[in-house]
Amino acid sequence: MNLYSRRLWTNRIGIALSMFAMALGLVALMWILWTLFSKGFAALSLDLFTQDTPAPGSEGGGLRNAIVGSGLILFFSMLISTPIGILAGIYLAEYGRISKFAAFTRFMTDIMLSAPSIVIGLFVYALFVATTGGFSGWAGSLALALIAIPVVVRTTENMLKLVPPSLREAAFAIGAPRWQVSLKVTLRAVKSGVVTGVLLAMARITGETAPLLFTALNNQFFSTDMGSPMGNLPVVIYQFALSPYDNWVNLAWGGALLIALVVLAVNIGVRIAFRNKDKP
Amino acid sequence: MPDPIVPNGSPAALQIRNLDFYYGDFKGLKNVNIDIAHKKVTAFIGPSGCGKSTLLRTFNRMYDLYPGQRAEGEILFHGKNLLDKKQDVNMVRAKIGMVFQKPTPFPMTIYENIAFGVRLYENMSKAAMDDRVEWALNKAALWGEVKDKLNQSGLSLSGGQQQRLCIARAVAVKPEVVLLDEPTSALDPISTAKVEELINELKSEYTIAIVTHNMQQAARISDFTAFMYLGELIEFNETGTIFMRPGKKQTEDYITGRFG
Repeated sequence: MNLYSRRLWTNRIGIALSMFAMALGLVALMWILWTLFSKGFAALSLDLFTQDTPAPGSEGGGLRNAIVGSGLILFFSMLISTPIGILAGIYLAEYGRISKFAAFTRFMTDIMLSAPSIVIGLFVYALFVATTGGFSGWAGSLALALIAIPVVVRTTENMLKLVPPSLREAAFAIGAPRWQVSLKVTLRAVKSGVVTGVLLAMARITGETAPLLFTALNNQFFSTDMGSPMGNLPVVIYQFALSPYDNWVNLAWGGALLIALVVLAVNIGVRIAFRNKDKP
Repeated sequence: MPDPIVPNGSPAALQIRNLDFYYGDFKGLKNVNIDIAHKKVTAFIGPSGCGKSTLLRTFNRMYDLYPGQRAEGEILFHGKNLLDKKQDVNMVRAKIGMVFQKPTPFPMTIYENIAFGVRLYENMSKAAMDDRVEWALNKAALWGEVKDKLNQSGLSLSGGQQQRLCIARAVAVKPEVVLLDEPTSALDPISTAKVEELINELKSEYTIAIVTHNMQQAARISDFTAFMYLGELIEFNETGTIFMRPGKKQTEDYITGRFG
């Protein structure tokens, strides 16, 4: 076999192997999605949005309280994590490029990124729930915010590091102080990347269950009081999917589909909104 | 006051004395002494890595952004040493503007690109700002091309227009000195000609220091030329003298293309 045909065959084998690996991954993903969609869409109905979670043994029911609760918890967790995450990312990328404190912060952020979410839940339980005397929506928001913050920090920092040094220098060269350079020039240059990071962080925490088990707990009734236990989709799914009642299991599928659709919508929305807008 | 080092006895805007510059342990500039003449164009030529950009970047303390880079010596501007630790760097940069090799419009509208710098140091009404923006864009010979699209992104302009926008931005804050670091090396010949024309007009009001790799450009637009090599200032004189009757062998070899 000459050199050329050997290369040709190496190439073919390489491509075949990587295609096989991709197919394996896709099959698993499609299987999950197909199961979710077929069972989830069967469970979808107007009742899902208008009725609250049913008591054990009762007929029908919906997820209204869990949907509203999840929405509120998510909203407040993003309200906490977005500014903290972006500002910390700016600090790491613009102020503390070489400082020891920044290196330490970066290291801690990476640990937080890979920390099991149940540990975060326990942490908030010990620090917040146990001391304030009860499960609450606030505790849930706090726990989810702690998961989202490192994601936002890292994407913001990574995006800002992509800003060409020449742009930063140009802003300094007209006498702009560092905070103006950061907020008005470099952050603006990577605005879409940072927004994407924030939305992906939101997608990441939308389905988190473990941290909510110890913090927001659950609430069978409709409530918008963030100071008390609050219904939310992940915990409802967790409880209902394991229950012996058919209508509960159905609702769990419906809830799972809702979460999957929200995450999908966020991802697709991000792609459409920032398509072609990232030309530097 | 130190002795002037400007040929022809022109008054100096910047006086550089015994300037050494270090990138960590590497010495990038060795005992540079030179004056930048007031309201004249001073060009710096020399082979890549000779320290001409490094020298330019000491005038507005751009190197401050990078730890490990430091300058020693004196750069006198209105009798004060710019290298002094107590010197407010942002004020220095507002007085000594800079335009870079690659056009670097800010990610905002054309109008905001100009107004951003002005707003940093001056409070003015909307009408006054409008006037200033128009004035600056006129100075950069760009007004006619952009007056109908001031609200479009600065990034939507062509490369040559972007560079003139950057010049307008530098001029808008009314600096005394404008530093140009190879401002035309990324531009096509027509845009280059426009920028050179612009430099010619700007020198009636501003002191200009320009780094260029293009010797014809230095010959065309500058009043004084400094030739640098390996971090040292080899020769400094009126541009005509440097190109017609260089005093040193190295200068002659470089401008005649024998090395570089």
